[in-house]
This record gives sequence, structure tokens and C-alpha cells, in this order.
Amino acid sequence: MTPMPQGGLRAAARALPEWLFHNLTRFFAGVTFLLLLGIIVSLFIGAWPSIKTFGLQFITSSEWNPPMDRYGALIAIYGTLITSLIALIIAVPVSFGIALFLTELSPVWLRRPLGTAIELLAAIPSIVYGMWGLLVFGPVFAEHVQPALQSTLGQIPFFGNLLAGPPLGIGLLSAGIILAIMIIPFIAAVMRDVFEVAPTLLKESAYGLGATTSEVVWKVVLPYTRVGVVGGIMLGLGRALGETMAVTFVIGNSSSLDTVSLFAPGNSITSVLANEFAEASPGLHTAALIELGLLLFLITLFVLALSKVMLARVAKNTGAST
Amino acid sequence: MSDSKPDNLTAQIKARNFNFYYGKSHALKNINLDIYKGKVTAFIGPSGCGKSTLLRVFNRMYDLYPEQRAEGELLLDGRNMLGRDVDVNMLRAKVGMVFQKPTPFPMSIYDNVAFGVRMHERLSRAELDDRVEWALNRAALWGEVKDVLNRSGLSLSGGQQQRLCIARGIAVKPEVLLLDEPTSALDPISTARIEELIHDLREEFTIAIVTHNMQQAARVSDYTAYMYLGELIEFGVTDQIFIKPQNKKTEDYITGRFG
Amino acid sequence: MNLHLKRKIINQLALALSMTAMLFGLFWLGWILFTVIKAGGGALSIALFTEMTPPPGTAGGLANAIAGSLLMVGLATAIGTPMGVLAGVYLAEYGKRSWLGSATRFVNDLLLSAPSIVIGLFVYTVYVAPIGNFSGWAGVFALALIVIPVVLRTTENMLVLVPNSLREAAFALGAQRWQVVMLVTVRAARAGIVTGVLLAVARIAGETAPLLFTALSNQFWSVDLSKPVANLPVTIFKFAMSPFQDWQALAWAAVFLITLGVLALNILARVLFRPAKQR
Repeated sequence: MTPMPQGGLRAAARALPEWLFHNLTRFFAGVTFLLLLGIIVSLFIGAWPSIKTFGLQFITSSEWNPPMDRYGALIAIYGTLITSLIALIIAVPVSFGIALFLTELSPVWLRRPLGTAIELLAAIPSIVYGMWGLLVFGPVFAEHVQPALQSTLGQIPFFGNLLAGPPLGIGLLSAGIILAIMIIPFIAAVMRDVFEVAPTLLKESAYGLGATTSEVVWKVVLPYTRVGVVGGIMLGLGRALGETMAVTFVIGNSSSLDTVSLFAPGNSITSVLANEFAEASPGLHTAALIELGLLLFLITLFVLALSKVMLARVAKNTGAST
Repeated sequence: MSDSKPDNLTAQIKARNFNFYYGKSHALKNINLDIYKGKVTAFIGPSGCGKSTLLRVFNRMYDLYPEQRAEGELLLDGRNMLGRDVDVNMLRAKVGMVFQKPTPFPMSIYDNVAFGVRMHERLSRAELDDRVEWALNRAALWGEVKDVLNRSGLSLSGGQQQRLCIARGIAVKPEVLLLDEPTSALDPISTARIEELIHDLREEFTIAIVTHNMQQAARVSDYTAYMYLGELIEFGVTDQIFIKPQNKKTEDYITGRFG
Repeated sequence: MNLHLKRKIINQLALALSMTAMLFGLFWLGWILFTVIKAGGGALSIALFTEMTPPPGTAGGLANAIAGSLLMVGLATAIGTPMGVLAGVYLAEYGKRSWLGSATRFVNDLLLSAPSIVIGLFVYTVYVAPIGNFSGWAGVFALALIVIPVVLRTTENMLVLVPNSLREAAFALGAQRWQVVMLVTVRAARAGIVTGVLLAVARIAGETAPLLFTALSNQFWSVDLSKPVANLPVTIFKFAMSPFQDWQALAWAAVFLITLGVLALNILARVLFRPAKQR
């Protein structure tokens, strides 16, 4: 009869690979965790000369003048926010329509291929969007769409100022539209996932009372999934804010801002970085650019963290109720 | 439960004043019993009575879950199983387990059976081949798979998968084999084959089997333990338990008055 | 108007709008793909793979850019994947309840969606600036930092899907946790993990911004990673914004190649993963 396996040296030797492996995995998890802190800290250090020189004025000044070493981020921030806002205004309703279609309307055999097709939009690299936007979309937009907009909506007083100016094809509005197309798959995917986990019983109760499909979705499913929907929208916003190549090609790269028109060319934080960094002189110019990057990172982190919190709450709720 | 045993019976596993907790819930209460070497002991009782919980203590499966804890004495061949200094991995090589649902690993049939052996012993390729063949033979699966040992374990039918798991479990030559409702996921024909298997295996292994099927317990086991709400109500020779139970609660369960 | 009729009309309208939205999305996909195929396909030739990127006005190809991209993407994947997998293993198998596990999971999701240009900036400040020159290794570093969160996320998700009964069966045979994880659990999740790696490759193949600050680009054949290395995305950036026709044509060809590769990887990943999900 073999004795009871005891502890001791042999067991300790057997335990060594386990200890090594456990700590190896823990190490890499830790590295990932520290990466975020590392990014913030190193960007802060790199941006320090600029932070020291300009302080809060960096955000309020609109003068971006490399030869004179005077840097104010207002125009870039404005461009980033406006293009993202336009993108959201277009993308949210469209994504909602797509999610509605995929969950309620589409025949079952079509769901997967259509869902995949929309997801492919997300897979297309942003530089492709940029080049397409500049060389294909831009001219078409300038020749056909912009004049049409100007002669119709452009006639409305006050609002028409948004559409004033020469139809260049590129500019803030064009960038916003391209961004919208890019973020639609993200928002639509989250909305669809969130609609799908809404309890069937809930929907059936509404149908049972004689509601139409659009009423069930609008009045029952949407309020129920509200938090998740907002989370998805914030996810899309986070992506739009950080998008570089597509915006850089199409936004027009202008550092001056003297009109409210959306047809005007402008700049975003990402387009400034993309265009100027490689040739920036070390010193204040580079530091200012890094400060721009830091600002962008902090803004997107905030938006993404908010989105995560909301989506986590949805997971908790639906987990509890299923 | 007295320590005197008839004939040449030795107690391989002994539980004395054994208690088990899931967090605050007291799942097993003051268990005292012996599992005899070379015999088949069946655990029966209604759902939630603790029979699976008790079985899983015998190979310290509960170690994986921090909120589960054991108190009392649990001896394997006279030495305490519950001590902190016990090498749990080696313990599990001595006390094997087959689960309710067949769980073939995502690898070939050969690799499945060889998995445990490779971890605990250094065998040459030829010796390993022999061991795999032996295990598959004892599990009554060799004939069906000997030409396709390289095929994935997942490609077998449910009954075959379970026999594969049994082969995998006995390949490491444990002394005790724990079977947790091994046929509950199988069709009647596969079930019958596995019951035959248990009958054959008893010569070489001590077997403890949990089953919710009383007739199965009556068919395959030498000893039966009836449990209810975490307590061991009665333990004895199978024929005697089923024909003339000594405890009224046992009788109620066996005659189908509840559960 | 009768209420019932009004609601019916609203419903029809809403459903029509939703179908319009669907078509809207598909329209852009179609237009972009059509353009890429037409302009890019038209510029395809063997020369793309044999000639280097030319100065404006001369004929040429993309050989150095293609080679550089393959090299950097390959290395970044080789470096980032093991790190991501191991970290994912920690999250799924060891750190389920630990604070490090939850914190890493949260941070990882932030990194996943964070602007890649910031990653490039980060690598610039900690690697390029101290060393003093742009280099291929910096590019590899930046791309690896993008690979890790993607692989970590998919690895953890796939491992969590493996049923516990499989793990218990391995433990019951006396395996230690690292053996259970590497020999059984990871194997069972293999297909999903590979899918994650494919998606990570697809993601970094098209990334431009991080390379702008790290590897830059190179007109000539360059496999020396300690200096700027030619690559497709930055080449596209330079050529597409230029006024030169032949440069623009080459840019379209490059776009075609990248899009083709990325879409192929995405579709492959979906096809690979589907059978596992249905089981």
C-alpha cells in the first residue's frame, strides 16, 4: 500500500513551475495595467515645457503660430469637438435604425450577413477612409451636395450661416460625415447587442397589449436598455474624438477660424499632430504638440470610462434579471 | 457506526465526525463512515442531500473554491487527507474521479488517456502505449477505437466519451475511483455497458458511486449509504438496505414515499 | 384621423426609416469598396512587388513598403501576442476575484479604444526621443502596444467560455493549475484565441498614426529596424496628399492591398470562430 503523499522537498519542487507561471501571468497583467499610467505620466513630462509656458491659456488661445512659438489649442479643440458632434448627430439615429432592423425587421437568415457587412465598415482602416474621403467623396460633395444644401437649407436665416462659404468638398462638415460613417458600426453593434438581451417576455407583454413594433422598441425596449444605449453612444464618441487619418485628409488643415460655417476648413487635435509632428522643431513646438496629445488622451479616457461604467451596469442588470 | 468489520474487509477511506460548509451553510453534518477496499459503495438520497458534496471531498475538489471548507477527520489508508501538508495533486492521482457529463479533453483519444499518466510517471513510448491500451481495454473501449487513436476525443458518441473518461481516470492506476452520477447523461444501452464495467473494475479498484437511480445502486454496489439533508442516515450491505432497511427514513425513501 | 390608423402609419414609417438606415450603411460600404477595387485594382501590377517607391514622376512599386509593413506587423504580433495571452490567462484563470484582475480589465478596455495616435506619441517620448532617431523598432513597439489589449480581451473572453467541468476533470487527474490552463483550457479555447490574434493583425496592418511618430518611412529598401522603415500606411499618407498622379495611383494600389488583406483576415476570423460557437 503506497503511503499518503506528503509535502516536503519533492512537493516544493513540483510547486515551482506553478509559482513561476502564476507570477508570469500576473506580471503581464500588471504591465498592461501600468501602461495606462505610464502613458499619462510620460506625456505629461513631454508636455511640461508647454504647460509651464502657456498654462490655461493653451486651451483658450486660438493662435497657433509655430514660427513665433506661440501655441493655443482652441481651434484644434473646436475642430475635434465639432466634427465629433456632427458625427454623433448623423450616426446615432442611423445606428438606431440599423439595430432596429437587425433585431426586429430582418429575416433571420439575413441577420448574420448584414451584421457582418456593417462590422466590415469598422474593419476598414482609417487611412482608406481618409484617402477615399479626399479623392472621391470630397469632389462629389463639392459638386453636387454642397451647392444643393446651400440653395435649400442655406436660405434659412441664421441657420444658413452654418452652410456659408465656397463649397470646397473638404472641411469640418465633410470630416464629420466621414467620422459618422466610421463610428456607425460601433454604435450599431452595441445597440444591437443591448436590444438582443432585452427580455423576450418584456417585448411579448407589450405586443400582447397590441403595440406595434416601433412602439415596442421605442416605448419599452429603449427605456429598458437606455443605459446601454448611452454607453454605446459614448463608445462611438470616444472613437470619433481620437480618429486621426480620416480626419486629417478631409478636414482642410487650416489654423484660422473666423467663421461658424461648417463648410470651412479647420483642424482637429489629431490632424495637427499628424501634420506637424514629424517636422516639428524640438522644444516648445514638440512640447505643445505633446500637450495636445495629452489633452486628447484625457478627454477620450474620460468618455470611454463613462461608457464602460454604463455598459457594466447594463450587464449587471440583465444578468440579475435573466 | 462501529469500527468492527466482517471478514477480511479493510476500510480504505474513513470519515470521522466530518463536517462540511459552503460559506455559512452547513452542508454535511457529522458524517461517520467507512469505504471498504475492493468494494463498490453507492451513495443515494434525494437531490440536495449532500452525496455529491461528500464524494467531491474524497479527492479534495473543494480546494478549488475558497468559500468551501471541511472540518473533522478524513483518512485515506490511515493518514489524514485534509492536512495542509498533503500534496493534493498526488492525492488526486491516487483518488480518481469521473464526472456526470463526459468531459473529453480537446485532444486525441490517445492523448486523453495518456494525459494523467504523462504527468505523474516517466514511461517510455512503448510502456505508454501499453498503458493506454490496458486502460481502454478495462474501460471496454479498446475494440472500438484501437484504429483511430489519433482522432479527437470529441468525435466519439456520448457513451463512448464517458468510457473514455473512465479509461483516462484508471490509466493513472488510482486506488480509489469516484464516480459522480456517471450514467445520468447517457442512454440506457450505454448505461448498461458502464454498469457492467463497474462490476469488472471492482476487482482492481475501490469504487464509490453517487447515483440518483436507486435501481442502479441496487444493481452495482456492495454497500449503500443513504443520505438526507446532509446527514448519513443509514449505511450497510446493499441487499440488506434495500430489503430490510433499519431506519424509517431510509425505508420511506426506498419505497418511494418521497424524493 | 383615427388613432389606430395613425399608429399604423407611424409604425410603417419607422420601419421604412430603419430599412433606409440599413441601406444607408450598406451604401457607404459599397461605394468605398467599389472605389478601392476600381482605383486600386486598376493600378495593380507585378511592379508593385518588385520595384521600390519612386520619386515623383518616375515609375515604381511598393516593394519596400510591403516588406517593411510585413516585417513590422509580424514582429509586433509575435511580441504582443504572448504578452496578451498570458495577461488574459491571468484575468480568466487566476485573477477572477483579485483587484489586479478587475483593474487590468478596466484599463485594458480603455486602451482598446484609445486613440492610436497617443500610443505613437507615447512611444516617441519614451523611446524615440531618448535614442534620438526614428526607427523600425519603435514602430514595432508601438504596434505591439496596440496588439496586446486586443489579444488580452479575446483571450479572456474565450477562456471564460470553457466549461468548468473540463477544468475539474483535469484537476481530478492531479494536474496543477498551470498544467490545467496550458494543456487543457487554452487548448479548448484555441480557435477563439487565434481569431483574436487575426483581428489584432488586421487592426495594426492599417494603422498609420502610431507609425508617423516612430518608424516614419523610408524611400528605399529598408529592413534595418534601427532606422526608419518603409511601410504601406505612411507611404499612402505621403503619396495620397501629394499632387502627383503616379504617386496617387500607387497610393490607391497600396490602399487596395491593405483593404484586401484586412477584410480577408476579418472574414477568415469569423469563419474560423463560428463552428466553435455553435457547439
